[in-house]
Amino acid sequence: MSLELKNIEKKIGIDTHIYPTNLKLEKNTINVLLGSTLAGKTTLMQIMAGLDKPTSGQIWFNQKNVTGKKVQSRNCSMVYQQFINYPNYTVFENIASPLMITGVKTDEIKQRVGKVAELLKLSAMLNKKPDELSGGQQQRTALARALVKDSDLILLDEPLANLDFKLREELREELPKLFEDRDCIVVYATTEPSDALMIGGNTATLLEGKVIQYGKTLEVYNKPDNLISAKVFSDPPMNIAEVKKSGDICKLNDNSVQWKPSTKIKDGIYKIGIRPHNITTYKEGNNSVEINGKVQISELSGSESLIHFTNGNLNWVSLSNGIQQKNVGENTKLYMNTDEFLYFDQNNRLVNNG
Amino acid sequence: MNKTINQKAWLFVIPVFVLVAFNAAIPLMTVVNYSFQETFGNNVFAWEGTRWFKQILLSERFHAALGRQIAFTFIILLIQIPLGIGIALTMPKKGWGVPVCLILMSMPLLIPWNVVGAMWNIFALPDIGFLGYTLNAIGFDYNFTQQPGDAWFTTILMDVWHWTSLVVLLSYAGLNSIQPAYYQAAEIDGASRWATFRYIELPKMKKVLTLAILLRFMDSFMIYTEPFVLTGGGPGNTTAFLSIDLVKMALGQFDLGPAAAMSLIYFFIVLLVCWVFYNLMMKNEAQS
Repeated sequence: MSLELKNIEKKIGIDTHIYPTNLKLEKNTINVLLGSTLAGKTTLMQIMAGLDKPTSGQIWFNQKNVTGKKVQSRNCSMVYQQFINYPNYTVFENIASPLMITGVKTDEIKQRVGKVAELLKLSAMLNKKPDELSGGQQQRTALARALVKDSDLILLDEPLANLDFKLREELREELPKLFEDRDCIVVYATTEPSDALMIGGNTATLLEGKVIQYGKTLEVYNKPDNLISAKVFSDPPMNIAEVKKSGDICKLNDNSVQWKPSTKIKDGIYKIGIRPHNITTYKEGNNSVEINGKVQISELSGSESLIHFTNGNLNWVSLSNGIQQKNVGENTKLYMNTDEFLYFDQNNRLVNNG
Repeated sequence: MNKTINQKAWLFVIPVFVLVAFNAAIPLMTVVNYSFQETFGNNVFAWEGTRWFKQILLSERFHAALGRQIAFTFIILLIQIPLGIGIALTMPKKGWGVPVCLILMSMPLLIPWNVVGAMWNIFALPDIGFLGYTLNAIGFDYNFTQQPGDAWFTTILMDVWHWTSLVVLLSYAGLNSIQPAYYQAAEIDGASRWATFRYIELPKMKKVLTLAILLRFMDSFMIYTEPFVLTGGGPGNTTAFLSIDLVKMALGQFDLGPAAAMSLIYFFIVLLVCWVFYNLMMKNEAQS
């Protein structure tokens, strides 16, 4: 089983929503589409589902061309950001609806719905109507409806975006387990890099209708092909600075920081990408280097401290563990872990590959 | 704790009391007053007790008018609600068609009621009216001023023309508030067009439709101006609905006592139906 997009392009009027895209999703994988709003995640999913037709290109499913085939005749299901359930059906009927339409026997429906409901902790509310449920339970119902069908393709379009923080965390942990022993391809769209890391599988980074990079989630995270992919896959945003390398030494343009790069790269001018958690108020790794900064914003997020600071005329973001209180305007010393630096050449391609 | 007494608050409440008194309570009480008495003018009144109420409730004329009224309201609801939903379903959801349709739909609602009556009167005249002439030219023996069936047909057609738009606009608003994801979900489930309508659109439109039915019930049950201008209640009494009959009795025959009793009964029927309807609606709401 595999889903293959071959040169898929989508234009509406003169606007290009999806630039020619090639993507091959394999059986039993979870694939994350990561990108900000308007990156084309939803359009791509609708094309995969057959709800929307590509302007050009082909979709192949199981080595068969399914371009233009209607959604009803494909075996797929979809969960949306909004909690979509049939309003005057009970939870049981909602979950059973795809089975009832295809004419599955009553006994089998009961058994399958019961199983899925248990998996999603809905057994106690099978007789309730959707609007008697909490948001989390409504979304669980929608998920159950997607799972009960044994679809070949399950599309999840930002399913957690409308849930509050706690429910989101809870459901996010459960999600990968739900798909573990299923014979299907899962596509999960999200704007949150942390979602992608948590879910694992494969990730495709998207920007403005283009798939920037597709690969194993951790590989895409650790070795982004290029600067754009790195930026998409970083939250808080990645720090980017121009550096010059000559001889053994690398330094920031204004000479304020110097270090010895831990990988071999040619002399020249590069852009470096530093993830916020690699700039900390304490030393980390064997090759850390000091940077002086003037604190602009200092905020706590959970048990982490986010410090925005300036160095020369550049703005930096750092993320340290624990509670690190700094005063605004204060001059402070931070440490950058040079082992984790990503070096990009003039064409924004990653050079320290390995 | 001592309550502070602030009599100034009355200043804010009194205008409402005065207004309500003049436009509702006092007129209503005069009607109540008339309904229990007999008068021959000159401000001379004689107590009659419940005689007028008994007379109205037992009169065949009232039964006939009430029967016509119920039939009329029932027929127009039966036509306007499904037709309104149907039109709303076929209206475009985006593009230049939306404003065009909305404006076209609101046109009939903007025309004064007596103008609607006059328009349809002329339109349906068998000798010069476009509708009447055409129907006769293609072989129908159509004359709404003389044949009761034709008079009913014309009155209903006029009301459908005038008021279906209201149902359309309300349904359209209801339909537009359904997120596109619902339709996609139904499509993915493989639901038919009918199932989509039955299980998504109709439940989502429930609130606006209840409102539409309630509004259309009240308006059509109290209809006066349009049939008055169109048929004047005729031929004979065949299109004399409750309000037309009431005005005939009160102003035509000057039977103030019975007319007052009749308007009170009329008022209570409307109130009762609305109350029952409202309660059913609320009960439904509480269940879901």
